[in-house]
Amino acid sequence: MLTVEEREEIEAKLADYPNTQAVCIEAMLIIQRHQGWVSDEKLRDISELLRLSLADLDGVATFYNLIRRRPVGRHVALVCDSVSCWIMGSDRMRDHLCSKLGTPLGGTTSNGHFTVLPIVCLGACDHAPAMMIDGTLHEDLDEPKIEEILTHYT
Amino acid sequence: MEKPLTGNFRPDKNAVSISEYERAGGYQGLRKALAMEPAEVTELVKRSNLRGRGGAGFPTGTKWSFVPMGKEVSHPKYLVANADEMEPGTFKDRALMERDPHQLIEGLIVAAYAIEADIGYIFLRGEYKCSNDRLCRAIAEAKANNYLGRNILGSGYGLEIHLHASAGRYICGEETALLNALEGKRAHPRAKPPFPQVCGLWGKPTIVQNVETLCNVHHIVNKGPDWFRGLSLTDDGGTKLFGVSGKVRRPGLWELPMGTPLREILEDHGGGMRDGLRFRGLLPGGASTDFLVEEHLDTPMDYGNVQNAGSRLGTGTMVVLDDQTCPVGMVWNLEHFFARESCGWCTPCWSGLAWTEKILLGMEQGRGSARDLDTLMFQTRFLAPGNTFCAFAPGAIEPLQSALKYFAGDFRRHIDEHRCPWR
Repeated sequence: MLTVEEREEIEAKLADYPNTQAVCIEAMLIIQRHQGWVSDEKLRDISELLRLSLADLDGVATFYNLIRRRPVGRHVALVCDSVSCWIMGSDRMRDHLCSKLGTPLGGTTSNGHFTVLPIVCLGACDHAPAMMIDGTLHEDLDEPKIEEILTHYT
Repeated sequence: MEKPLTGNFRPDKNAVSISEYERAGGYQGLRKALAMEPAEVTELVKRSNLRGRGGAGFPTGTKWSFVPMGKEVSHPKYLVANADEMEPGTFKDRALMERDPHQLIEGLIVAAYAIEADIGYIFLRGEYKCSNDRLCRAIAEAKANNYLGRNILGSGYGLEIHLHASAGRYICGEETALLNALEGKRAHPRAKPPFPQVCGLWGKPTIVQNVETLCNVHHIVNKGPDWFRGLSLTDDGGTKLFGVSGKVRRPGLWELPMGTPLREILEDHGGGMRDGLRFRGLLPGGASTDFLVEEHLDTPMDYGNVQNAGSRLGTGTMVVLDDQTCPVGMVWNLEHFFARESCGWCTPCWSGLAWTEKILLGMEQGRGSARDLDTLMFQTRFLAPGNTFCAFAPGAIEPLQSALKYFAGDFRRHIDEHRCPWR
């Protein structure tokens, strides 16, 4: 079941587009803002609300990088692995972050606190290496800075 | 030197508010445009020699002139701002949107007026949360001040703007793939023709234009095409946002005259290489452009001159390779990105790029062979323009083909020594 909030937010988006199909990506992102990910059940709810085929919806869901069809931790760290960050040592930053948290890239900590995922260029190349946690950009990373940032998410 | 695009940026990096924007002459270009015929606005933009800042460099006014005009044409028509900045090494549109959001909105309204569009979309990179917040606020302010709505400033012209946050995929930067994404589909590119100017979003006439391009439009209307051409050192009009990242002393972003020499950007603005490092080459306009090297440092940075040097101006944000960084590793990183982001629609792209990436990774891990070089050369021809459905794969192999040319010795060392010499 969609929550009242989820349904209202999705329905508010209908005004921006001429048909329901165009709303499906926003709908999935709305669900994700509330639930952290898009479950089979929620996908079915969207398909009923917007009257779209479930298979088409899953085709769209699996195409886009930011739509998650599996659960994630309470916080999600997106570590940029594109070229400018790579030159500035993003591999080392990713490894340090993963070892501090105790999860491999793509995994979630055993207490469900943190998920670490790779992301393409965050547009912070002049302050590389960079990562984003829950929508907040962190730039000019080095090992001490990563440790300092993590203290804000415990 | 005049800096129309960044002149209003606040030192504290907050967004310029609507009152600050208006005090600095904001929305005057819109007022002037609304007093003209739409075709006159397009004509001004044509005469300004403004070319698309998203990477391809197509003349902006010419593009608009393909949109069917007049009373018989089917509406709604659409103007879409391509704010899906995702080209690795590129960080210019984010600055424009975060720091002066009204500039994009004014440019968008003027462009929309020129093609008689009814609805505007800003197709925004999903990860650009700060841009999203600031644009939402600016759109609300513009509505409240009658710059958007059914009857803008009493002119009888109406436009509404919607912000669409993308769910993320590099191919969405390709304009027809972007249109599919806006329609709620998988973002595969569409066959052209028909071109979006005639048959775009939901089959209606549509212009898709990069953020930086749109930010120039109302300045051209306000101050005239001669002024705009005069900002440039060469034939392509205007200023350009240039950026430098990599191991230079002062990585950053600067608004400079179009045609500023590469060496000046790198050394005077970027501060040159960090101590102890030597310059090897750079990608002049993001990941999908050919490497330029030492011999090209006097190139004036505009569309034609960079093309003559064997690359593309692209986004104008350059990524610098130093001598302590492995060129093969850098190209592997680039092809890893392209292989992952290939949309999967046409076989040469998804198959060829995955293959290319695997070979480069093998070289980095000491498993390279002499035949691999032939295979990489083959891929640069196999994925060349004309062999794939869209421009994605041809762009993806640009850094590879130029690396094979300029850093051939480094590729051979990986093969001969069975290891990456930089590790």
